[in-house]
Amino acid sequence: MEHAAPPFWVGLAYLIAGVCFILALRGLSSPATSQRGNRMGMIGMAIAVVTTLVTSSSSWSTSYGDTGFLAHVGTPMEILAAIGVGAIIGITTARRIKMTDMPQLVAAFHSLVGLAAVLVAWAAFLNPDAFGIAEGARMLLPPDADPSSAHAVFDKMHIHQVSRIEMGLGVAIGAITFSGSVIAFLKLNGNMSGKPIMLPGRHIINLGLIAAILGLVAYFFTDDSGWVFFTITALSFLIGFLLIIPIGGADMPVVVSMLNSYSGWAAAAMGFTLQNTAMIITGALVGSSGAILSYIMCKAMNRSFISVIAGGFGAAPEVGGGEAKAQRPWKRGSAEDAAYMMAQAEQIIIVPGYGMAVAQAQHVLREMGDLLKKEGVRVKYAIHPVAGRMPGHMNVLLAEANVPYDEVFELEDINSEFAQTDVAFIIGANDVVNPAAKTDKSSPIYGMPVFDVGKAKTVFFIKRSMGGVGYAGVDNDVFYADNTMMLLADAKKMVEDINKALAH
Amino acid sequence: MACFVGYYVVWSVTPALHTPLMAVTNAISSVIIVGALIAAAAAGSGTSKWLGLLAVTLASVNIFGGFAVTARMLAMYKKKER
Repeated sequence: MEHAAPPFWVGLAYLIAGVCFILALRGLSSPATSQRGNRMGMIGMAIAVVTTLVTSSSSWSTSYGDTGFLAHVGTPMEILAAIGVGAIIGITTARRIKMTDMPQLVAAFHSLVGLAAVLVAWAAFLNPDAFGIAEGARMLLPPDADPSSAHAVFDKMHIHQVSRIEMGLGVAIGAITFSGSVIAFLKLNGNMSGKPIMLPGRHIINLGLIAAILGLVAYFFTDDSGWVFFTITALSFLIGFLLIIPIGGADMPVVVSMLNSYSGWAAAAMGFTLQNTAMIITGALVGSSGAILSYIMCKAMNRSFISVIAGGFGAAPEVGGGEAKAQRPWKRGSAEDAAYMMAQAEQIIIVPGYGMAVAQAQHVLREMGDLLKKEGVRVKYAIHPVAGRMPGHMNVLLAEANVPYDEVFELEDINSEFAQTDVAFIIGANDVVNPAAKTDKSSPIYGMPVFDVGKAKTVFFIKRSMGGVGYAGVDNDVFYADNTMMLLADAKKMVEDINKALAH
Repeated sequence: MACFVGYYVVWSVTPALHTPLMAVTNAISSVIIVGALIAAAAAGSGTSKWLGLLAVTLASVNIFGGFAVTARMLAMYKKKER
């Protein structure tokens, strides 16, 4: 039976959806336009979904009923129910999630996209005709041929060779995204040690696996039997695990944005398979945005993308300089000292890090800022690009605590100001203020841009103990500087004490 | 083409909004739901349909969750513009 070509408006609608997504990202260039951007994204998504539903609905109108074929077609009710269930889960999670847990949430969401991509690829593999990728069928819509003949075609069907490559890549990227994100989620959520787990010979295993996957995708080109597709999926799941397992906590911003990028490419690959403009545009958009974010993160740490992927800070340099210096003298300050010094100050700069997020200290920190402002102190916040566990994590936390965003500054904008600052207040950060990154060539963080906190007249350093030395395992000279006072306590408790002292 | 546009658009995003950016890109990457819907609505294979329906559910968790969480974050940025 003849297929009608998809109407012109369908292509146009998908294109409009794609443009909406671009405008959505565009809106995020400033906080003022960001909400409009988010709404644009929703509109785009709505257009894409409705368009698909309308075009697919032609399959519902054809009667498959008498041959008992109905069971093989998702009814509108079933589909709406599926969307509804997803919506309820999604919205409740989004409402309940703590802002400090954002990185986990994003990782979890990535894993869902990855898994969805795998499922779609499998669905397409099992039922290529419906996706218009079978030999002979060129249509996006399922044929309205009578079911018995559809069955006959289905049995002998082969998938387009070009589509096979796209599907192979799509399922591989999707599977990597899924398993990688699951590991990232477990690490971020603390269900699994954030420490890099090094397997012996992991580079060889990983390279071997990648070669095997690519080889199989190539082989899939000539032979579309099930085992090839299955093996590609299985190996990709495996390599997703292996890739992320050796990566440590502080590299998570890179990993999360990298997985973000992958989820986009997975969607794009499936988009090519299904010849769907919206999916291609969006996938490429997300893919490149994730790639750029990863690049920004890597640059902020002065590490190459390869070295992050190859696995955490190596075990060898970790022991490096730390031990010899372990016994140097340092000064311990109290909450009262800190309160007194800061109340006298003209300008203070607060440097928050992941420790603040762990201690949930953002709200008390903002209270401290308010108290100090009442004393006539200028309060600024300095955020390092890789502070926290995902790009921009600290900004969100400070925003949650109602810190005005014009008090929050980026590394380049504020670094020169430390010299004119009375107090640098470091809360839960370490590596991003370590001068070793500038001076010590053997340091694993050498070359990473850092805050020159040492230039401030006084430095307060909130830290739980002198024992731990930040993620990179590098000792920090700032601890022992004459103008540094260590405030050893849980970040939240310490700031609360300072607030009490300030209130007097 | 989209890569090119994406490149320019993403560079213009301020670092302060990187987290919402990721949440939004994540939400829109669930455009894969289009594929899932086709799979679910297509005739031909029962397995395919169930895989599709499952994918629809997963992707819609992502869509609604992603946009909702972004809206929540952005609302916080918005609040203190006064």
